[in-house]
Amino acid sequence: MTPTATSCVRTIDIESLGLDEGALLLVRQALSGLPAGARLLVRGRAPHWTLHLEAWCRQQGHELSTHTLPDGTLEAVLTRGAWAEGRWHDAMATGRSQLASGELPLAEADPAWGLAARGATVEAGSPAFGFGLRVRDEIWAGTAAEIYRQAAAGQWDPQTAVDWDAPFELPPPIEAAVVQVMTYLIENENAALVVPARHLGQVHPHYREVQQVLALQCADEARHIEVFTRRIGLRGHQPMRSTAGGQASLLTLLQAPDFSCTALLLSVLGEGTFVNLLNFLHEYAPDPVTRQICRLAARDEARHVAFGMAHLEHRIAVEPDVLPRLQNAVEQRHEALAPTAGLNEEVFDALVLLAGGALTPEAVRRGHAAVQQLKQEMAAGRKARLQRLGFDPALAQRLADMHTRNFM
Amino acid sequence: MTQPTLVMGAVAYAPKVVTIWEGFKDWFARQGLAFDYVLYSNYEAQVQAQFDGTLHLAWNSPLAWVRAERIARSRGLAVKALAMRDTDCDLRSLIVVRADSPLQDLADLRGRTLGVGAIDSPQATLLPLHHLRQAGLVPGRDLAVRRFDVLGGKHGDHIGGERDAALALLAGEVDACCMIAGNHLAFGLDGTLPTGGTRVIASTEPFDHCNMTASPGAPEADVTRFTELLLAMRWDDPQVRPLLELEGLRQWLPGRTSGYARLDRAVDEEGFYDADGNILRADYRY
Repeated sequence: MTPTATSCVRTIDIESLGLDEGALLLVRQALSGLPAGARLLVRGRAPHWTLHLEAWCRQQGHELSTHTLPDGTLEAVLTRGAWAEGRWHDAMATGRSQLASGELPLAEADPAWGLAARGATVEAGSPAFGFGLRVRDEIWAGTAAEIYRQAAAGQWDPQTAVDWDAPFELPPPIEAAVVQVMTYLIENENAALVVPARHLGQVHPHYREVQQVLALQCADEARHIEVFTRRIGLRGHQPMRSTAGGQASLLTLLQAPDFSCTALLLSVLGEGTFVNLLNFLHEYAPDPVTRQICRLAARDEARHVAFGMAHLEHRIAVEPDVLPRLQNAVEQRHEALAPTAGLNEEVFDALVLLAGGALTPEAVRRGHAAVQQLKQEMAAGRKARLQRLGFDPALAQRLADMHTRNFM
Repeated sequence: MTQPTLVMGAVAYAPKVVTIWEGFKDWFARQGLAFDYVLYSNYEAQVQAQFDGTLHLAWNSPLAWVRAERIARSRGLAVKALAMRDTDCDLRSLIVVRADSPLQDLADLRGRTLGVGAIDSPQATLLPLHHLRQAGLVPGRDLAVRRFDVLGGKHGDHIGGERDAALALLAGEVDACCMIAGNHLAFGLDGTLPTGGTRVIASTEPFDHCNMTASPGAPEADVTRFTELLLAMRWDDPQVRPLLELEGLRQWLPGRTSGYARLDRAVDEEGFYDADGNILRADYRY
């Protein structure tokens, strides 16, 4: 039986708009609310619109019949095919886009959710993506969203946040000490960029907040590398020395076995130690530019430490057995680095010189004491953070002392 | 090693053909049917392979079907249309002019130049020319025909000829051109044809497109199983849907041959094949 206008549940008039001029959108919209088998009456006046509608309906699997009314107007009755719904059979739900305070994302993310926005409906048969980090508790941090917000708000422009033209003149040995320390900072920042960047590509986008924190962490490190590089060149110098021991220490960070171990070694212990170092440089640096860039970098690094702590607090809360594994990671790194030299003496001397301010015995005495004080503060900070994570005080002390002598 | 039971021919008119038939092969294997395919660069070689024992099945263009049917009949054999896509049924081709053209209907084409697709394109050449003859216009005598030959032997599967003819229409090199209705819409949507820049002056009667053709002597039980499986493919199966999308269908339908009568007459009118399926056109390159 030929479908008639009266059997249609909806009518649209596309007037003189051609299907190749956008009228398909009106047809699709009108169809979207109709169940399979329901009929849509379409009226139009554009030239050859029914020929186009016929071709489109054939491609889409809808039935179509056309009629000419007594006044010559063409109308078409379109019967919705079952195929459009078919695409969404067994479609996958992917959790909630916005999490309420304290709400967790799903415990595991399906590889076939792929790159879809969290909360989107994903067609069955979508390709599986090989995201290696797709189990919530292996990467999650309860404060990730808040840390991301702080990080986004705390981004600074290296060009304008630093007064590069601030006047200063340093004696050559002091300038050289600054350049050596900057050289050392850059290789450490390179590690702090590469390690989260490697994780970033592995995090399933379902864990959006973690992905966002890591992305800004990479951006932070990129800026740090820029400003330390600019400080080296500010008075026409090239970077100075990079030691095998220093690089061996950083290499172990790239080899950390998983996300949580990396969070402990790089963020909690390494970057935590670096916050002390950057604060030290902010206090003792001999010129305003170095003081400014160390202050800005320290602020960012403190956020990285906070994220590492938040992740480990979550992980340990849901999986207390992870503590021995974390302990093991510190011990293994310590053993791996036992034959290396630790902090290179050029960097150590440069820090002493910067803290002392001059190449005189009295100044060096002051500088040396300040660096010793720095190292004690670094170790105390590490111990405090380890204790906060649940290590007992004696073990926390031992692990804090095992941290690389290279600081990061 | 187990030899595949059923071997099908397909013409490689685009790289996606490999993806499609590899996917189908895998799907048939999972249903327990040993199936393989052979790719041809042109339909003529494929049809011939249906008669030398190489192919049990062929995914044939409508013109290839006409030829296979003629060859079979001449040898006292039979080919069978097993299945076709839902999108193969009741197509139409259009004759299109520029919107500002003085041409209003087919009769106005007298003395003019018509752009058609490839020499072997049913939808862009053979069927529109048949439509003109039905209206009393003999191509070459009453109007000039300019061919846009792209990829001979592909029977117009490659739409390059239709696109080139459409571009020639816009450039004023021809007075009218031919294309399937779906391509007229598609060319409008993708910007090949400016919106409102063309006008349809004629539409052919409905015709059918491709079909899955069984060769004479193909193993009956396996062919039946193959056909059942094909017709059982479901758009809502996420394993199959991407393949159906690539092949351009929502559903396989049982084959029918009622939609090829006009093409069969067009083949005679244009002297394309003789009654035994031999190729007659000397200017056909494939």
